[in-house]
Amino acid sequence: MSGAAGAGQTAPPRRHAEWLANPWGRPRFLALFSWLYIVWSIVPVLIAIQFSFNAGRSRSTWQGFSFRWYTSDPDLSVLHNPALRAAMTQSVKLALLTMLIATPIGVGLAIGLARWRGRASTAGNLLMLFPLVTPELVLGSALFLVIVFLYTSVHLGTWAQLLGHITFSISYVVIVVRGRLFAVGKEYEEAAMDLGASPREALRLVLLPMLAPAIFASLMIVFAISIDDFVISSFLAGGAESQTVPMLIYSSARAAPNPSLNAVATLMLLLSMTAIVLGILMHRRLAGGDGQKGAVESFARLEI
Amino acid sequence: MWPTFAAPGLIWLVLLFLVPFYAILSVAMGTLDPIFGAAVPEWNPLRWDATSFAEVMNSTTLQVFGRTCAYVAIAGILSLFIGYPVAYFISRHGGRFKTTLLVLLIAPFWISYLMRMLAWVNLLQDDGYVNRVLMFLQILDRPKSWLAGESLTVVLGLVYGYIPFLILPLYAALDRIDRRLLEAARDLGASPLKTFLSVTLPLSRQGMIAGSVIILLPMFGDYYTPDLLSGSPGNTMTGNQIAFYLQAPSGANRGAALVILLSAAVSVLMIYYLITVARAAREAQ
Repeated sequence: MSGAAGAGQTAPPRRHAEWLANPWGRPRFLALFSWLYIVWSIVPVLIAIQFSFNAGRSRSTWQGFSFRWYTSDPDLSVLHNPALRAAMTQSVKLALLTMLIATPIGVGLAIGLARWRGRASTAGNLLMLFPLVTPELVLGSALFLVIVFLYTSVHLGTWAQLLGHITFSISYVVIVVRGRLFAVGKEYEEAAMDLGASPREALRLVLLPMLAPAIFASLMIVFAISIDDFVISSFLAGGAESQTVPMLIYSSARAAPNPSLNAVATLMLLLSMTAIVLGILMHRRLAGGDGQKGAVESFARLEI
Repeated sequence: MWPTFAAPGLIWLVLLFLVPFYAILSVAMGTLDPIFGAAVPEWNPLRWDATSFAEVMNSTTLQVFGRTCAYVAIAGILSLFIGYPVAYFISRHGGRFKTTLLVLLIAPFWISYLMRMLAWVNLLQDDGYVNRVLMFLQILDRPKSWLAGESLTVVLGLVYGYIPFLILPLYAALDRIDRRLLEAARDLGASPLKTFLSVTLPLSRQGMIAGSVIILLPMFGDYYTPDLLSGSPGNTMTGNQIAFYLQAPSGANRGAALVILLSAAVSVLMIYYLITVARAAREAQ
């Protein structure tokens, strides 16, 4: 380490040399760099949220605090502008429906693939992983073309978007639920069956309650990824009525004449954050034993 | 009983994942209707026709693809150089702030990508905070139009957008390293730098590759970042070209052909990622 050797020759303060030599000491440069990174990653979003409360029309000059762009402006606020309200409704509707349909399908797939042994299940596992590694642009184009040219009875618009959202959500549910399935193991079901439960009863009375934290977490995660999705929604959109909030941001971010766009984005952020916090809290409560750190870290590893 | 559980999901994925991929192929290998000029897919592989591929392989496509590769490569390398120290610090020296830091690190995951780009569109306006800070610091003497076709803005936008997805796997890999190995290296006389280079760095290689692949894949399919942060034809990426072709009824063949070419170009990354995820799943089992 030339730096340390060089520093030794020029006789730095002893404290400094020890600091360099101590592998467990706090490296101040790294600490500063990391905190700067965190500031860089979070602060722009906080400023965007701040401007949603701007009293004036500017999105770059602060003119005082108000709820003008949420409620009070008679034409342009989220409450009164039909286009903003429609986009919010569409995003929430899609996210709720996706969550309610993709979660049961994914839970079934996770249980089926984990317990069923055979060549078909290996192929199923591989098929389930593919949507995770496919760039969204590719999946979006594929779904767009199949709906335009083959599944012509499904028209572009809300139904197509719903099919698309469910398709990419299923794999996330499988990953989350499968993690819990492996952690629980087969012993509890086997014990239940030794004690006279039928396989169906073992599943309903033993396995499903033990999977509850993962199922709840899946619901929340699916809600959050669906509400944030842009590419799939955009490729499968029909007319103006299928515009979601991310699509609205895409089409009007550059031209937006006032901060109502920031306001609608802030409301969506609040929704997806609430879902995730609920997911983490419930996961922690239901899973038991896991500390806070465990829950946060398992959520952190989820999206890889 | 178990196949019954898996059936709805498997059928769903076959109908809405495998069949759509066949549809891309059929459209790319299809023809144009001579009267209406609209794309006609060819479902029979024996009658496939590769004309659309020849049509899209022109100098513009190559130039745009070259630019896409350059943007993605620079953004990927920058992300790695910014992300590694952060992941390293949190895993090794997070201390009592570790959970807080992790929560802050994860937060951008759950903020819509478009919202995060909107934030930068606000900041980079001519009278926005970035120009004001740079002018206050006397780095600029008049406002710079960051959003009018700057490659730098697009590349930094890509870094900002995707870096959280790189840091987490990297953090996981660094956190798994057994500290006793580091202590052993130090006890055997290795300097901190030598310990880092010959123990930490090789042991985190998997995490670096996995994290990079995770961000490179969506970057290759990005079209909204250049659209939002530049909008100039001089900054378009392959994703923009695909989105453009697919919007017109007569462009579907060429759009589909480009999707296949792009997928082929990134297939090595996809297969690597698939193997990693499958291996992680087996290990968890």
